[in-house]
Amino acid sequence: MARRRFEDVCVGEEVKARPFRLRRVDLIRYAGASGDFNVIHWNERVARSVGLPGVVAHGMLTMAVAGRLASDWAGDPGAVVGYGAKFTRPVPVPDDDDGAVLEVGGVVAVLDEQARTARVDLTVTVEGVKVLGKAQATIRLA
Amino acid sequence: MGINPMLAGRVYPPSAEYAVSREKIVEFATAIGSDDPAHRDPAAARALGHPDVVAPPTFAVIVAQRAEAQVFADPDAGVDFSRLVHGEERFTHHRPVVVGDRLRSTLHVDSVREVGGHGMLTTRVEVTDAEGAPVSTVVSTVVVRGDE
Repeated sequence: MARRRFEDVCVGEEVKARPFRLRRVDLIRYAGASGDFNVIHWNERVARSVGLPGVVAHGMLTMAVAGRLASDWAGDPGAVVGYGAKFTRPVPVPDDDDGAVLEVGGVVAVLDEQARTARVDLTVTVEGVKVLGKAQATIRLA
Repeated sequence: MGINPMLAGRVYPPSAEYAVSREKIVEFATAIGSDDPAHRDPAAARALGHPDVVAPPTFAVIVAQRAEAQVFADPDAGVDFSRLVHGEERFTHHRPVVVGDRLRSTLHVDSVREVGGHGMLTTRVEVTDAEGAPVSTVVSTVVVRGDE
């Protein structure tokens, strides 16, 4: 994969939207890999007892998966110099084969010529509802 | 009981060293569904200018959350973990995390606020390498829900 060049990018450019599916097994796998074993991400009984509709995805998993749109566009995951998001809505992941589908799109919002960086603003929705706020990745371009 | 307002400005002692292995990077990349060769193949990572296999952009959350656990476990902090909701996360990478890094994390409490009956705690974890040079800054805000 080649790194994207600063000269090839313009403000307003769209990063083609893609769906990312999350199933229960993905939550278990992320819990193990990250060390985040918060019970609401794998135990339906506990999730409901604290007022959630059921088991929900780790906010950090949603953020990481959405960030792939930006790092794939950059052509280098090490080119992401900044990445932030607000967790505005929980993402319930039902106990079935379909799970939940994140729709992730992006747009180049800011270019910094001196730093040769682009800020990509991500839109992350589930069934049309935004689940992340101010999801912004800053990419150092070649 | 809310979060102890005296917590703001507190700095916890640096964590034990965390050695970054290729296996852990592969495991984390797989868990976020990434098949990027830069997370697996040293030659692919070097072709992009990195010294070795490079970690995904949110990998530093592993060491950050270990550091943050100190404040949740601190009886003096008054944080009710069962009422905790993750509000916001922000990474600033001074350089990418790569295989062979020996990371240390230092937890800072940046602010404690009360908003609409809920407590809001913002922490900052400074991740450094074996030479003490900055690698990542991880700012996290958690909301501790008040009584309904």
